[in-house]
Amino acid sequence: MNIGLTLLGQSLVFLIFVAFCMKYIWPVLKSAMTERQQAIAQGLVAAEEAERKLGEAESGAEEERAKARAEAAQIIEQARQQANQMIEDAKGNARAEGARLLEAAQAEIDQEVNRARESLRRQVAALALTGAERVLEESIDPSRHERMLERLAAEL
Amino acid sequence: MASADEPLTSAGYIKHHLTNLTYGQHPDGSWGFAHSAEEAAEMGFMSLHVDSMAWSIGLGVIFLALFRRAASRATAGVPGNWQNFVEIIVEFIDDTTESIFNHKNDLIAPLALTIFVWVFLMNLMDLVPVDWVPELAKLFGIHYMKIVPSTDPNITMAMALSVFALILYYSIKCKGVGGFLAELSFHPFPSKLLVPVNFVLEFVTLIAKPLSLGLRLFGNLYAGEMIFVLIALMFSAGIVFAMAGGVFQFVWAAFHLIVITLQAFVFAVLTIVYLAQAHDTDEH
Repeated sequence: MNIGLTLLGQSLVFLIFVAFCMKYIWPVLKSAMTERQQAIAQGLVAAEEAERKLGEAESGAEEERAKARAEAAQIIEQARQQANQMIEDAKGNARAEGARLLEAAQAEIDQEVNRARESLRRQVAALALTGAERVLEESIDPSRHERMLERLAAEL
Repeated sequence: MASADEPLTSAGYIKHHLTNLTYGQHPDGSWGFAHSAEEAAEMGFMSLHVDSMAWSIGLGVIFLALFRRAASRATAGVPGNWQNFVEIIVEFIDDTTESIFNHKNDLIAPLALTIFVWVFLMNLMDLVPVDWVPELAKLFGIHYMKIVPSTDPNITMAMALSVFALILYYSIKCKGVGGFLAELSFHPFPSKLLVPVNFVLEFVTLIAKPLSLGLRLFGNLYAGEMIFVLIALMFSAGIVFAMAGGVFQFVWAAFHLIVITLQAFVFAVLTIVYLAQAHDTDEH
């Protein structure tokens, strides 16, 4: 157990080993660990950021959806109103057209009635004249009695 | 067991286990291996414990190779099993260093790592049954083989004195020669009259640092090794003793597992503490 050259030898070996460790082992491992630590830290930050963005996007999408829903409802409402309007218009038009047609028919009927009445009147006048001629057996000067007959026809 | 020229006795067995394989200068001036503990003692300073050196270098190389392997394959991505294990140790040492050492010095953490792992590996050899390797070595004609380098005061004191050299270097580097001497002279009593007292006290404190480092490790491991040798002796003392010895062996090994880890850690931590004190320039 005497102290000897071993002391010097071991001291030398010790210093060499420490130097080796200091140069080739510690910094390499440490930098790898630090690098990983940073990567993990960055990853966590990125994940947080992504989560935040996702939340933002979700709320934005919800907003968009609500807007779209409102717009769609508005469009449907408008369309319904328009359709109602069109139906009302059509109804009005049809009614007016019907009235117009009815009126025209009525006018035609009136005209026809007048016409018939006129011709009837004429025939009655002619008939009356013929009758009178027979009665009188004498020609009546139509030119002389025309005015009278006219008046008679107008009274019918 | 005992070499050819020693009788097989309990004392001889123990003595044999505590003798290093020594290469050195015989008193007559020739160089060679010592053939007995007495011969080794006669060599004095000009002796080299070949077994201690070989095992400590071998274990150191294993440590550096394994850690270098992890370092060269180190990736910032997903670490493999071995890298994970190494990083746990590195981080443990790094945390310990950072909590004690508040100055900027890139040497301290690798120094602590080397001390911790290397001393642990050297201590770990204590758990190898005491007769295995020496008996194996005897087959190859090597008569002495101590496989636990940290039971050799040369080894532990070499490391402690290297640390002490670093303490002195950084004390002088950080405080200057004057500052360092002032620290030795004006503590703990800040009075000019008491400078000699201070100096003696502080000098003892300073010298106690390497001694406490080296001798603590040596003492713990030497005692542990001694217990293992004594337990091993029980195996040749009848069936009852042998069975008791088996139980003791297990219990002591389990306990020793804590001791060797703790001693390695204590050596590393005290190194950091002493070097932190060497860096402290402010009054305390």
